Amino acid sequence: MSEAPRSQATNYLTHTRGFKSWALTLDHKRIGLLYMMFVLSAFLLAGIFAMLLRTFLLTPKPWMIADPEKAMRFYNNMFSLHGAMMVFMFMIPAIPAILGNFVLPMMLGAKDVAFPRLNLLSFYFYFVGAMFFTYVLLGGVLRAGFDLHIPGGMGLDTGWTFYTPYSTAKAESGVIPATLGAFILGFSSILTGVNFVTSIHTLRPKGMTWFRMPLFLWALYATSVIQILATPVLAITLLLLVAERTMHIGIFDPLLGGDPILYQHFFWFYSHPAVYIMILPAMGVISEVISVHSHKHIFGYNFIAYSSIALALLGFLVWGHHLFAAGQSNLANSIFSLLTFSVAIPSAVKVFNWLGTMYKGSIHFTTPMFFAMGFIMLFTIGGLTGLFLGALATDIHLHDTYFVVAHFHYVMMGSTLFAFLAGMYHWFPKMSGKMYSENPGRIAAVLIFIGFNLTFFPQFVMGAHGAPRRWATYPPEFQPYHVASTLGAYLMGIGLVTVGLNWLHGLLRGRAAPANPWGGNSLEWHTSSPPPYDNFAVEPVADDPYRMSNWEPDPTGEGWIPSKQPPELEPAEH
Amino acid sequence: MLAAMNILADAGGSFWMPPSSSSVAPEVDRLFYGILWTCTFFFFLVTILMLLFAWKYRYRPGYMPAEGPRHNTALELTWTFVPTVIVAVIFVYGFQRFMHMAIAPPDPYEIIVTAHMWGYNFTYPNQHLDDELHVPVDTPVQLVLNSVDVIHGFYIPTFRVKKDIVPGRYNKIWFAATRTGSFDLFCTQYCGEGHSTMRAKVIVQSLEDFKSWLAAASAMNLPPTEMGKYLFQTRGCNGCHTIDGTTLRAPTWKDLYGSTVSFQDGTSQVADENYLHEVIVHPNSKPMPGFDKIMPDMVGAGQLSEKDVNDLIAYIKTLSVHYHPSSLPSTAPSAQKAAAPK
Repeated sequence: MSEAPRSQATNYLTHTRGFKSWALTLDHKRIGLLYMMFVLSAFLLAGIFAMLLRTFLLTPKPWMIADPEKAMRFYNNMFSLHGAMMVFMFMIPAIPAILGNFVLPMMLGAKDVAFPRLNLLSFYFYFVGAMFFTYVLLGGVLRAGFDLHIPGGMGLDTGWTFYTPYSTAKAESGVIPATLGAFILGFSSILTGVNFVTSIHTLRPKGMTWFRMPLFLWALYATSVIQILATPVLAITLLLLVAERTMHIGIFDPLLGGDPILYQHFFWFYSHPAVYIMILPAMGVISEVISVHSHKHIFGYNFIAYSSIALALLGFLVWGHHLFAAGQSNLANSIFSLLTFSVAIPSAVKVFNWLGTMYKGSIHFTTPMFFAMGFIMLFTIGGLTGLFLGALATDIHLHDTYFVVAHFHYVMMGSTLFAFLAGMYHWFPKMSGKMYSENPGRIAAVLIFIGFNLTFFPQFVMGAHGAPRRWATYPPEFQPYHVASTLGAYLMGIGLVTVGLNWLHGLLRGRAAPANPWGGNSLEWHTSSPPPYDNFAVEPVADDPYRMSNWEPDPTGEGWIPSKQPPELEPAEH
Repeated sequence: MLAAMNILADAGGSFWMPPSSSSVAPEVDRLFYGILWTCTFFFFLVTILMLLFAWKYRYRPGYMPAEGPRHNTALELTWTFVPTVIVAVIFVYGFQRFMHMAIAPPDPYEIIVTAHMWGYNFTYPNQHLDDELHVPVDTPVQLVLNSVDVIHGFYIPTFRVKKDIVPGRYNKIWFAATRTGSFDLFCTQYCGEGHSTMRAKVIVQSLEDFKSWLAAASAMNLPPTEMGKYLFQTRGCNGCHTIDGTTLRAPTWKDLYGSTVSFQDGTSQVADENYLHEVIVHPNSKPMPGFDKIMPDMVGAGQLSEKDVNDLIAYIKTLSVHYHPSSLPSTAPSAQKAAAPK
């Protein structure tokens, strides 16, 4: 094993300078950081509108805007913006495009992804799509809520689902430009997927068999397969939607002989697998974080790897559960219900395996570990509440209520966001070369955890009592739940701002990070922090990525150094 | 005492569930609570194990853990198999109870529901059309759902029933209410600006009360202007049009008749009877500036008859200052005057 270099003359941040060296970079690490800037901006914007939505819902009748008609238009534009931006601009790219881009080639011991130019192109698809999408959606909110008219800012009032025939025949908002924005964003997602699949197939180093890959790579591989197979269906569906709205071709609108339910099948054939695009990478991050911060070999590697693949495949077979109340036949409902339950099993397996990893570990309560433990609890709630929605009889009552809103926020936000933050903290020293301060990070994790539960747990109860989602006004008996939810959202906001400040402070004032601050054994910890431009001074040889005994605490300072007498390399098990 | 408490709980619902008022609701609630306790057990199992391990195996100076297990196939197969059995059981219960909810008993009482932006109309078997849903208690009622514009939802929380109302197809839903009273009916499928105002009441009555309500409601025989006013209030016109001169989502009816109206294409005309008839029968054919083309085709959807349209026009005329119906002179004109032109 090579000695990890402790410092490097230049690193990927400093080896070239100037705007062009960033805007035209082919370095996967810089592209990851470019994604980070824009994905985090999207999260901030969509998050601000989430706060505004919660504030709007403090009272049963709108109080922010006097004219009720205008208030409802404002609300409808806001919830569409929040949902569409969070899904297409934050959740889908967050982990793969930021952490995946940064870490994947290094975990493979490679200099870059397989197609660096395609990677840059994928970023520019994201950039153009995101700018376009934001302009259109934000324009609508500004017009509806603040009487600010920007040319072309037509807004979107269909929700992120664009259901027909409302979107094709009735909505006066910018359905077409918004759709095109999502279409462009989809290409970014497809290209990243192609790049990751190729990289994993072709760039694995000596010694890294498929079953010696870090589990984060298995998760990214499974995610990429979904991105490649499902996203084109979304692209086709959105084009059909545009054709229906402009040329009235008669595929979705019943007045023209079309079928609006067909649209829902097309839409969810993409958008259900898209849920796994959002959660699988999160599970991959958690597998890394729990193992490394527990200083323990991951428990049940094979089961976790196979369960990622199982989720990716089963995720394609369950879209019909979004149509349980749409008038789908009883037979179709029953089959989709049965298939839906199948995804519960790989999810449960992963949770138990993470617990097995903590068992007899040496657990360090770092900020990533705090977020990972929060993830386990919230993902458990999110997953288990899926049982109510998979079971037909209870789903009929809960469908399209706040129960569903709470369920998917526990999975999308409680799980994906927590995993994203865990991953960002975990790889922060590698990305920036600096250490963040642990205590503010831990406090932020606790604040977000409490705020999150205060926001979304009341929504389970409110939904079970029959409160429909996407309502700008509501009967007064639901007000207490809404008020609790809004207070929780503010608390969560404070926690997230704390995270942002904590990162900024780390970047500006943090101590220099050691090459291996946590004692992880996957290959990205075998190079300096931040890594040099071409990642490794010496080509690394892959070992079992979870053999934590290869490292021992650095007696002279922070971090971990290679053990004096590393155990002999074991032959790979597979 | 216990019975009183049961009634109280039943009337007010529980922490998780609203009151149950239909024949299928208790079955749904039993399944809900079954899943809830399963979830609670597993949540605490996972959380307690996690916190226990986190504390017991926490890093501390001098603590050197023994190399823990990397896998345990028997254990892992167990925690794959046990959840499989549990979800299979939940599936079967969910499926069985759903089939009870999905298949109506033979010969239910049938009411046709027509949804529009943003309200519901109900057509009873005797062809009476109303904006209130009245149903007899303890009687299976089947609703045939259709929409004149976009997808709407039909959801009665206390009955635990829900179905989307999809234009271009008929969805069906059935229930048997078990308690008399007034219950909420909500739209659950996003349908535009007025989505959250799309609410109605379900009034469950004893069979006798229901019959007498239906007889009285159907026997309504109003003069045209009164009937026009009733249609304005019950067919959803008042969701967008006003009669007091304020503007909602569509032109106000006050002083509309006889005024000159201009259209988005730049043309204009006097709003006479022919104009009013044309824009009711062919909605959105002559859109006015500043308004969206959102009016549903209520005639085409069978929600307004030709007589209804005439009654509405009669009513709209009474709202206008431009309408001066002269009453007949109090005395008959003299024979000479009448004969004068000769």
